[in-house]
Formats: sequence, C-alpha cells, structure tokens
Amino acid sequence: MNFYFFASPATFFRLAGAMAPMFFVLAAISGAVGLYLGLVVAPTDAQQGEVYRVIFIHVPAAWMSMFIYFVMACYGGMTLAFNTRLAAMMARALAPTGAMFTFVALWTGAFWGRPTWGAYWVWDARLTSELVLLFLYGGFIALANAFEDPRRGDRAAALLALIGVVNLPIIYFSVQWWNTLHQGSSVSFKGTSMHVTMLWGMLLMAFSFWMYAAGAALVRCRTLILDRERRTRWVRALS
Amino acid sequence: MNVVIESPGPAAPEGSFGAGFAWAFTRDLLLARRHPGETVLVVAFFALVASLFPLGVGAEPQLLARIGPGIIWVCALLAAFLSLPPLFATDYADGMLEQMALSPHPMPGWIAGKIAAHWMSSGLPLTVLSPLLGLQFGLDAATLGTLALALALGTPILSLLGAACSALTLGARGGGTLLALLALPLFVPVLIFGAGAAEAAAGGLSAAPHLSLLGAGLILAAMAVPFAIAAAVRIALD
Repeated sequence: MNFYFFASPATFFRLAGAMAPMFFVLAAISGAVGLYLGLVVAPTDAQQGEVYRVIFIHVPAAWMSMFIYFVMACYGGMTLAFNTRLAAMMARALAPTGAMFTFVALWTGAFWGRPTWGAYWVWDARLTSELVLLFLYGGFIALANAFEDPRRGDRAAALLALIGVVNLPIIYFSVQWWNTLHQGSSVSFKGTSMHVTMLWGMLLMAFSFWMYAAGAALVRCRTLILDRERRTRWVRALS
Repeated sequence: MNVVIESPGPAAPEGSFGAGFAWAFTRDLLLARRHPGETVLVVAFFALVASLFPLGVGAEPQLLARIGPGIIWVCALLAAFLSLPPLFATDYADGMLEQMALSPHPMPGWIAGKIAAHWMSSGLPLTVLSPLLGLQFGLDAATLGTLALALALGTPILSLLGAACSALTLGARGGGTLLALLALPLFVPVLIFGAGAAEAAAGGLSAAPHLSLLGAGLILAAMAVPFAIAAAVRIALD
C-alpha cells in the first residue's frame, strides 16, 4: 500500500466512512467540555461582564473560517497541479462548512457588538474582510456548480480559491495594519493575556469545531464520490 | 494603420511576450475603435449612475462634497464591471481564443495585451471623465487631482482582476450574475484604498499612503494576474 492508495475515490470512500464518526465523537466530547468550561467554570470578565462568553463560539468559528479556506485553497492547488479527482471533491466538500463558520463568526460578532460597541455592525477592516471571505466562499460554490462538466467547475473553482487566498493575510493582520474598533488578538504562540480556563475553553471549542469540520467534509465528500462515480461497478455493487 | 487581424502576428517560428502583447493590444484597440458604442455605453453608464445620487440623497452641497469621491469610485467600479463579460467571451464563442492559445506567443503576453486594450477603452475614459463628475459634486481642485490619480492607478487593477473572473466564468451558466459575485468582492480593497485617497485629500491629509498601496497593488496584479488568467483560459479550452 503506497502513499497514493487513498487517492482513489473507491478506497477513500471506505476510509472516510470509517473516520467521519470518529471526528464527530471527538467534536461532541471536546465541544461539551469546552462549553462547560466556557459557560460555567470560566470567571466573569472584569470589563465586559457575561457577554464576553460569546468568544467561545466566535473566536473558534473565525479561526476555522480562515483555516478551512486555506485548506480548501491547498486542495485547489493539488487539483490544478496533480489533476486529482479527490482533491477537487474535498475542496468542494469543505466550502459549505467554511461558509457556515464564516457566517457564525459574523453573526455571533454582531450579537457581541450590540451590547459592547453599541452597534450590530461597523465597517471595520476585520469585519469587512471577513464579509468578503463569505462572498468568496459563495463565489467558490457558485462557480464550482456553474458548468455542465463537473471537472471544469472543479478546476475553475480551484483557481478562484487560490486567487482568493490573498484575502486571508488581510483578515488576519487587519487589526494590526489598521487602527480598528475590533480588538487585537488575546492569544498568540508566545503566551496569552487571558485567564487559563478561558484559554482552555476556547482551545477546546476550536478543536471541537475543527473535528466537526473534518467530519462534515468527509461525509459531504462521500456523497460527492457516490454522485460522480455512480456509473462505476463498485458503486453499483454497494446498492 | 496596417494591422493583421486574421492571424496572431506574422508567421514567426518562435513567439515572444512583447510581440504577443503588441499584437493583442493593437487588435483589441482596433476592434474597440471599430465599435465605439461599447466604450460610449460604459462612459454613459458611469455618468448616468453618478448623476442619480444627488437626486436620491438630496442636493446639499456639503453632503455631496462629502460622499462624492466614494460615489464616483463605486460608479467607476460598476462601469468597469459592466464592460467585463465580452472581454474573453466573444473570442471564446467564435474560436479566436483557441487560435490565440495555439499561437507561438506565450499566453500571458497576449492576455496582458488584451487587458491593456480593455483598460484603454474602459478605465482610461472613466479616469479622464472623473474630474468633470467631481465638479458636479463640488469637490475642490486638490481632491479632483487625487481622485483622478487614484482612478488612474486603481482602474487597471479592476481590469486585471475583472479579466481573471471573466476568464474563469467562460462557458458558465448564469454568466453575468456569477461574474458579479466573483469580481465585486475582489474589487473591495481597490475601492477602499481608492476612495480613501480622495477622502484623505478632501480632509487635508496626505493621500500618499493610499496611492502607494494602490501602486503596489497594481504592480503585484500586473505581474501575477496574467499568469492566473492564462491558467483560467487553459481550463476553459480543455
């Protein structure tokens, strides 16, 4: 069995079927612990009060929205470079989950912004660039489905994903480059400026979202494989 | 002017970037000159939409001077977008794009030439016309100059990014709407820095940072985008 064994849709279909439930279980466990830490154990914030607890959803969702786009663009690069079928299907499978997390990040941000900033929405650099990310996900999904030939849609959308990658550093560094209302990051690789239970709650929620994204993408990829390969013998043998 | 339109350049055995650029540039400019209606439409659309705003938001001079640069930018963006669909689609439909891809010239060369010609017939007229529209909004001389300069730097980026989206949507269902969904989000940074330059000038600040960023964006886009478009055209011709 070599490295490319699972690049075949038929073998990957079984692997994804076995792995997806494990990812969902990990997501449920870490999500439950993370929410318990975040909503019950973590202390009330001295300045913001209880409303800060939205970060346990908001920050992991925002991280995931960017991370999933990056992974999607990597699959897009693989699609164009190696012309693999499975990479394109994985990119397609990731897009709806990424769009969902982008939307969740914007939505929870709006609910946090109303009591703290006094407005659901401000035209701040980070908010605007995150909104552009949502449109990029929408454009990717629309372009991938706009062609009669699905392979054509795969490759056009892969190129679009690669072009859109320019937006990621803009979102990430927007709070440093522009003097914005959105606060800077409290977490970095060097250390953190927050309470340790808050940090653990947030990291566990991020892990939970990550596992959920992996599981959801694998399930979606399985349906894409079945759809694309419906005329092959091994899919017919399944039914 | 003696331009060969039928075949991509003289029958040279090996092509070059510059020859491809010059050939596509002169060809598309000649086509634009033979069909002046398209350029006139873009410019008319630009002036018309910009004139709708004072009717919509009220004609207070102070308000118009405040929002003028932003409105002119948004109108320029929409007008530039309007001229995008036929950029590759007509050549794709009649098979010319395939012939050009088969020519000995490297693809990014003639693609850059097409985009340069597209800018000459859409972005450049908008830039030239913008001070006139700015006068309608009561902008002062310094703001007018900055606005025109920002448009001169920004509209080529719009042409480049828009051309990439136009090439990606070749042969797609729901062409125009899909193109809007792809292109307009990519135009956002150009709009922010372009309108920011004019705002800064109107507020008495230096517009240099915004203009520098636009210039940097233009150089980056001019270097990278023709290669991305070449990839998109290859996907379309597969």
